[in-house]
This record gives sequence, structure tokens and C-alpha cells, in this order.
Amino acid sequence: MPNIPKYRGLLFLLLIVVLLTALLNISLGSVNIPLKDIFAAFFDKTTGSNTSFRYIILEYRLPKVITAILTGSGLAVSGLLMQTLFRNPLAGPYVLGLSSGASLGVALVLMGASLFGGAMTGFLLSKWSLVIASSIGSSLVLLAVLLASAKLRDTMAILIIGLMFASLTAAVVSVLAYFSPAAQLQQYVFWSFGSLGNLSWEEVLILSLFWFIGILLSITCIKNLNTLLLGEQYAKSLGVHISRNRIIIIAATSLLAGSITAFAGPIAFVGLAVPHLIRQVIPVNDHRILLPAVILGGAILMLVCDIAAQLPGSQFTLPINAITSLIGAPVVIWLLVRKRKFLF
Amino acid sequence: MAPGEKTKIFILIIENHDSNIILSTQNLSVGYRSKKNTTLIASNINLEIREGELVALIGVNGVGKSTLLRSLCGVQEPLQGEIKIGGKTLSSTSSGELSEAISIVLTEQPISKNLSVFELVALGRQPYTNWIGTLKPGDADHIRQALKLVDIEELQYQKCYELSDGQLQKVLIARAIAQDTPLVVLDEPTTHLDIYHQAYVLKLLKNLTLQTKKGILFATHEINLALQLCDRIILMEKDKVSIGTPIQLIEQDVFANMFPSDLIVFDKDSNSFKIKT
Repeated sequence: MPNIPKYRGLLFLLLIVVLLTALLNISLGSVNIPLKDIFAAFFDKTTGSNTSFRYIILEYRLPKVITAILTGSGLAVSGLLMQTLFRNPLAGPYVLGLSSGASLGVALVLMGASLFGGAMTGFLLSKWSLVIASSIGSSLVLLAVLLASAKLRDTMAILIIGLMFASLTAAVVSVLAYFSPAAQLQQYVFWSFGSLGNLSWEEVLILSLFWFIGILLSITCIKNLNTLLLGEQYAKSLGVHISRNRIIIIAATSLLAGSITAFAGPIAFVGLAVPHLIRQVIPVNDHRILLPAVILGGAILMLVCDIAAQLPGSQFTLPINAITSLIGAPVVIWLLVRKRKFLF
Repeated sequence: MAPGEKTKIFILIIENHDSNIILSTQNLSVGYRSKKNTTLIASNINLEIREGELVALIGVNGVGKSTLLRSLCGVQEPLQGEIKIGGKTLSSTSSGELSEAISIVLTEQPISKNLSVFELVALGRQPYTNWIGTLKPGDADHIRQALKLVDIEELQYQKCYELSDGQLQKVLIARAIAQDTPLVVLDEPTTHLDIYHQAYVLKLLKNLTLQTKKGILFATHEINLALQLCDRIILMEKDKVSIGTPIQLIEQDVFANMFPSDLIVFDKDSNSFKIKT
């Protein structure tokens, strides 16, 4: 489509904003690090003027920034994929029940641990068990959704099934929460707040691997995603293999949303909102532009939210899950009201 | 031929078929098949659509026009019989080949209205573009020609949410033209349109058949308009499917029994349905 060069500049601008917010994110926190020390930590290993700064940056803030970028962009892309696949503006990773599946896995481990009791407790409450549990939870839901999507011809039915899984798992979590002791309940609640800062380099590497595969799968679908803008029947008449394409898109979404939820907790809002934010800023539906824009937009939103969550200059860190909605929701509302036009 | 080499016998098979026929069916039965039972909608359908021909598919509500169209387009498996497109059976045609043989225009689809007219028409080129959908100069020519044929060049930079129903219908037709297929199938292209635009769209289809030599098949309820404009008409009734020119069908008196006769009657003098007085 003819106007791609016009948007290239805009994408470049978004990329610069990502880099700037990333830099700002490294600089701000409980201790503010001056820019020159950040550059020194990266490029000038000899001077070592401030080794503690370097330690903070390399061991704590840099993995956190990368996690924020992967999380924001990955969730935003999975939201975009769902919205286009289902031709439904309300779709997002939550709708497929992925976050709920992950939540159920974690809830079972955390709050069920007291039921298993004894020797298992130590293992069950370790950090790795949470990651494993939420991965298993989301992939089980994914498997169910994939089975359903292979059997059902109507995409709307898949959407409903996803929602049913979501409320089913939410119900089980509530029952578990009702019977579990306060300490475990608290631990679950903390997990559900989401967190970007707890990842080691090793975990960041695993997450980026999943992210990479998910994004790669999405890129292979760009042409079909554009065709799906006409609805499935037109897409089919244009030679798109509907069910094969659907499975690739759902697999990409689950890889992205599942791995992110496993490592960073159930972060709401980003997946649903970023595609809408981007459509309001860049009024185009061509996925060749929309996909990179959403990747960059998701990263920016997450980085900004993380800066806000740190409350620069203070020792507190607010739950990221609350901040994304606190910052994102008014922006979406403002954009929609200002433009008076819902672009989808 | 080199000495010693075995003599080869070449057999030239000349297929004897009418090259003008784009689509044909033989003893076609359409309907729905589920695990428990089969629902037969229509059977023994023999029809063909030729180059440059405008064919209307008419029939009362619920008689199975959409089912027949869906079967002809390969969306739905036929129960029995054969559909041939360009001399090849539909069942042996891949979805890629099919997308270069039949383009469709449907109503009530969840089309993104955030697309510009040009972008929407450009999607018709998808079967011919590379893995990411890059338009080549040749594709752009096809798009421009489609916009011109349907006379919507001045709309091309507008977004689809800015269009009226009639304009959107023209854009969807242009998309099908850009897909550059010998056959275009439209499912009720005149619904939601006022009588002027109904006539406009059908006249447009007629002109397209003359200018592009495409065969165009459309389902419609506008029998009066179809009788005036179409080359041939497929009339679907509960137990039989007849095909013929408007004059042939009128002579066979098939329209008289099409509807219950308490409200409307077919007036042979004006070739149209009239309200009973």
C-alpha cells in the first residue's frame, strides 16, 4: 500500500522514544544514576569510578529494562493478533484464558502447597515452581483452545470458550483463596500484582527466546493478518488457509502471553490497549506498519509504567499491574473521546 | 532421431471442450452433511457460466441460493456431482488456484472500516503478491484499472467508514475485479440499497461483463431488474433448478408459480411482478 514510507519516519521516532525511555528507566529508581555513569558502565570498564553503579545497572536495572521491553511488546503483539484474528476490538490475551490458566497454575502451587504440606512445601514455594506452574497452566488452556479451534469453524465460539475458561479458572482460584491461610494468599496476591524486576539474566534469556519465536511467527502471518481485515470468508476466497493460519496465530499468542505471564505475572491491560492506542496515533490497519508500531508502543508503555512504578527517588515499588491500567486507561479514554471515532 | 533409439509414439490428446465455459456443473447436489444425516437442498443441477455473461440466481427466501453459491465457490463440499472451473474439477483445485479463478463479493462481513478504499481494493491482489504482500507496479495497474472500471477513482483516498452503503458495495466490487479472476460471484449485492442504486449496481455488473469479459454470477431478489439486464437466469425452486435466458424462462411460464399467488402475480405483458388488485 502506497503510504508505507510516510510511516517509516514515525516508526523510527517510536524507536528513539523506546531508547530514551529505556535510558531514563535505567537512570531513575531508588538511587538515581547520572547518564555519564550509565555510559561508563557500558563502554568504559577501566575507569570503574563507581562499581556499585555498574553492579546496579548490569545486575538489576538492565535485565529489568529488557524484561519491560519484552513484556510490553510481547503482550501488545498478542493483543493485536487476537483482535485481528477474531475481528473483535475486545480481544486480548486475557480473552483466550491464557492469563487465567497461568493464574490457576500459580494459585494451585501457592495456596495448594499447604494442602500437600511437609517436605514438598519448600520446593513448591520456590520461584521456579511458580514459573513452571504458570507455564503449565497457560499451555493447558492453550491446548484446550487449540483443540476447540481445530474442531470449531466459528471463531466467535473460540472467543466464548476462552472466556469460559477464564471464568472457570477464576472460580477455582476464588475457592482456593477462600480456604488458604493468610500468608499464602498474600503471596498469591503479590504474584498477581506482576513484577518486572525479579528476573535473572538466565530467565531474561529464556523469555527473550520465547519472545523471538512468537514475534517471528507473527511476522510470517502479516500478509494473512491483512487479508483477515476483510473477515474470514474473504480471506479464504483470497487463498488463505484459515485453520492453519489460525493455529499459527494462536500459537504465537500463547508463546508470547504464556511465557510473559510465567515470568512477570498476569499483566493486564497492555495487550488490549496498546493496539488501540497505536491505531489512534497511526490511523492505519496495514500490519506491515501496525505490527512494528505495536511492538514499539508496547515497549514504551511498559517502560514508562515501570518508571512510574519505581516512584523515582523513593524506596517504594508499586505493583506494575496497577500502574499499567492507571496510566494506560485514561490515555485510551482521552484518545477515543478526542477523536470521537473508534478506528478498528 | 539417433540410430538405435527406440521409436517413440506420441499420442496427442485434444480435449474437446468449449473454451468459453468458465464454470460448469454436472448432476450437482448441494446441501449439508453432518455425522447423523444429510440435508439435501437442491439436486440435479446442470448449469454453465460462460465468458462475458451476466447470470442472476433467483429464488424465494430459504430455497438455498446461498448454499448453491457457497458450493460453487468451494466454500462448501457438494453432496454429489461435479463442479468444473476452467476445465478442472473443483475438488482437485488448490485454494491458491481457486483464489485466481473465483472472486467473491459478500454482504454483512466484519470488514475493517479503518481501511482506505485503495487499501481495500489492493487486498484483491493478495493471491499474486509475495509473502509479505508487497504490491508490484503490475498490481498497482490492476488496482487502478479496477477503480476506474467501477468509477470510484475519486474515492480512493477515503476511509471506508466515510462511505455510503452504495459506495462501499462499489468498492467491494472493485476489489473483486482487482483479484482478476474469470468469474465473479456476488451474494445479494443489492441488499440495503435504494432502487436507484440497485439498478446502478446491476447496470455496473452488466457493463463489467461487456468490458472485461468476466462471467458474473449473482444472487438477487430483484427479479424485475434481473429480467431486464441479465443474459441468463438460474431459477431455484424447491424441487428443480432451471436455467435459461429471461425470454426462455418467461415463455416456460416458470415465474407464475414462483410465489404464492395471493399477493403478487407475474404480468407477462410488462415482464414484472405486480401486486394483485
